[in-house]
Amino acid sequence: MQFIKETNINFTGAKKIAFGISLALIAISLLTLIIHKGPRYGVDFAGGSSLQVKFEGPVDIAAVKRGLEPAGLAGASVQQFGSDSDHEYQIRTKQAFMADSDFAPMIKKILGESTGTAVRDLSLDMVGPQVSKDLRQNALLAMFYALLFIIIYISGRFELKWGISGALAAILGGAVYGMSQLQSISFISSGMPLLIVFALIISIVFCWYLELKYAMGAIIALVHDVTITVGIFSLLNVEFTLPIIAALLTIIGYSLNDTIIVFDRIRENGKKYHKKPMDFIINRSVNETLSRTILTSGTTLMVVAALFAFGGGVIHDFALAMIIGVTIGTYSSIYVASPILLAWKTDNE
Amino acid sequence: MKNLSWRLIAVLVVIIMAAVFILPTATMYLKGTSEPDMWPHKKINLGLDLQGGMHLVLEVQTEKAVENAMSLKISDIRQALRQKAMKNRGVVLVDQSSKLNVKLLSPDDLPEFRGIIADDFPDLEIASTSENGGMTLVTLAMKTAEAERVQKFAADQALETIRNRIDEFGVSEPDIRKQGENRIQIQLPGITDTKSAKDLIGKTATLQFRLVDEDSDVRTALESHAPAGSELLYLVRKDPATGAESSTPMLIKKRVLLTGDSLTDARVLFDNMANEPYVSIEFDRKGGHIFSKVTGDNINRRLAIVLDDTVYSAPVIRTKIPGGQAQITGGFTMEEARVLAIALRAGALPAPVKILEERTVGPTLGADSIRKGVWSMIMGGLAVILFMAVYYKGSGLIADLALVLNVTLIAAGLAAFQATLTLPGIAGIILTIGMAVDANVLIFERIREELNLGQSPIAAVEAGFEKATLTIMDANVTTLIAAIVLFQFGSGPVKGFAVTLGIGILSSLFTALVVSRLLFDAILRKANVKTLSI
Repeated sequence: MQFIKETNINFTGAKKIAFGISLALIAISLLTLIIHKGPRYGVDFAGGSSLQVKFEGPVDIAAVKRGLEPAGLAGASVQQFGSDSDHEYQIRTKQAFMADSDFAPMIKKILGESTGTAVRDLSLDMVGPQVSKDLRQNALLAMFYALLFIIIYISGRFELKWGISGALAAILGGAVYGMSQLQSISFISSGMPLLIVFALIISIVFCWYLELKYAMGAIIALVHDVTITVGIFSLLNVEFTLPIIAALLTIIGYSLNDTIIVFDRIRENGKKYHKKPMDFIINRSVNETLSRTILTSGTTLMVVAALFAFGGGVIHDFALAMIIGVTIGTYSSIYVASPILLAWKTDNE
Repeated sequence: MKNLSWRLIAVLVVIIMAAVFILPTATMYLKGTSEPDMWPHKKINLGLDLQGGMHLVLEVQTEKAVENAMSLKISDIRQALRQKAMKNRGVVLVDQSSKLNVKLLSPDDLPEFRGIIADDFPDLEIASTSENGGMTLVTLAMKTAEAERVQKFAADQALETIRNRIDEFGVSEPDIRKQGENRIQIQLPGITDTKSAKDLIGKTATLQFRLVDEDSDVRTALESHAPAGSELLYLVRKDPATGAESSTPMLIKKRVLLTGDSLTDARVLFDNMANEPYVSIEFDRKGGHIFSKVTGDNINRRLAIVLDDTVYSAPVIRTKIPGGQAQITGGFTMEEARVLAIALRAGALPAPVKILEERTVGPTLGADSIRKGVWSMIMGGLAVILFMAVYYKGSGLIADLALVLNVTLIAAGLAAFQATLTLPGIAGIILTIGMAVDANVLIFERIREELNLGQSPIAAVEAGFEKATLTIMDANVTTLIAAIVLFQFGSGPVKGFAVTLGIGILSSLFTALVVSRLLFDAILRKANVKTLSI
């Protein structure tokens, strides 16, 4: 059985349309992020408290909200969590009550009273401001270092430019690492996010100047994927938590996976058809790997769909990120990463 | 053929090792025990989000330890000034800092004072001096190296004390470790009474025996300030029935006669007359002597028992108490008394601790997560297995077999490395299932290509594997990079995800490249199949 037989689609020909769509998606993502003033951070990144309360039976959400008022949680947001049969609610507030050892038993008691149904079980996450700041920074650093390693690996494997890319990564990585150690200087401490984004932009610029073509294609595709995923999350107003960062890094690894398969073919066909123009080679390679690309994305989406449907609360959002990421990642490997190689080459030929 | 046998043996060895590592956990679940009683006694650890429990991150306020150390030097400095007959207006701790202010009345004393500091107080240095209306104000600070030493010691000692407290509290498999310079991470799996655990961990538990200042008036102190040598503290009494608290101001002399350091034991006993539990404490020999002397010298005066700057009781001393035993009452519940006894036995914390992060998962919610995770795995796995069998026919079945082995290897890997399985970790396993298929797809598509070019099945399989291997390695290395970075920067559940993803990648490389190849070769050569079902 075979879904996709010999195809001969002109992918590079559609590159202007593709770039247009990509730019539009990125623009929308950035716009929603600006309107919402950043992603909707969960407690991990914004600090505060997040409680998951499971009742013995069905309760009225208004009764839950009423019960919270005397506890000083009047402004808290209350949302249903999971399916109807779970009887679970998530309560979210900006303050953290770690200092109060009586908090958990007290919440159980007052919610049991206000709703008339006993609380079966309670989970809570309370994060103070120092820890949430550390987590935000670690998340950004993780993504930055991952991208640096990827630059080295791709430049090395595809262009044998281990030395230059290694040096670039070492300098930028060292600079960012050095800054992260100088936390005691307050302006560095609060400016870390901007510093990291700045370092990232410098990385891309250097890839351009150092002719690390493949690395640049890969990095731009990855940044494209992550930005759009975060943007869609912001659009759907889904909470941005630590597991979502794990999902983003997995998407980076996975999308890169895809991109490398295509690059590999391009390199192989480049040798085979070295007399033909670049866009022929790229088109041929993408067409040859199309079957495989669609299939793997398909099987991954299959398992992620299972996670989305059956995984429960935390995993549900994680699975959503993966679904968006895998879809956009497949699209970017075909329409973004490869044509960038083309754009680069024609500019300099 | 030889090649085949060697590879077969290698694969069989891996399978057997995997079985060996998994069996303890499997029998554990079948028997319902909580400890693996089979060799090699390793099991898959469940993260807090799966088994329920509490996770805390504390910060030890080590600056307070430096402050305390400076306070202790005050009386020594005063004595030195007295000995050298240097007139002064006192030595006080500067508010909100760990510096001391000494007011010398005669500026000529300054050089000699410098000498005293240099000779008798080598830990201190003079931070600044200033002249003000005939008085010389000297500010003393602790030398940086010494201050750092005090802080490090406080952090280490806090860790030990908390460890002792938790040991006595009785939690199975607690995980207590230092995080950075002054943070402590505590994980208490399976705990249900989070209130008592937090109370126990957070209690500084500084116990002091001080005399009540009977001579001064409390009301004057409330309106203006306490006389020198005394301070205003509150006696807190809790009504055990209603839980209502009442606090009464009292003037307590600053001089500390005995501290919790002199205790050898603290026990919970029940007072049948008052119908409430109390903590009975026992002093060591030296403490017992001091206690005996203090009670003997102060009959009919009140002795305040101060715990963490709150007065718990201030009974009148009726007779000299030679036995070295005392009682702490305060309207406790059984749990509160137990927590206090443990805290006193383990010793006071050298500096207060502040809770920076708290995460608790209730037991049933943890079990729910396991159930959902496993169900997703089954559903996702079935979908993939069916798809592979239908799309690639016979070869698809080979891929499916490799997949089952893959999941088994991941489980064995987790057990062997004593890694922790978290909910995101389960998601990681499921992801690996999806991505492992990628390797097979790569190989099978290549094989199909080769077959279409007219190659024989054996040659097609060989070419397929050869050309695909490098690409598979490349692709998996990049996901491995992501996993390593996540492991480095992640914490808790995310770290668990990174670990399972990493193990999953390695095992899927093995099953796709070695095991599938072996199966193909075995079937093609041994069974002499002429056409390939792909």
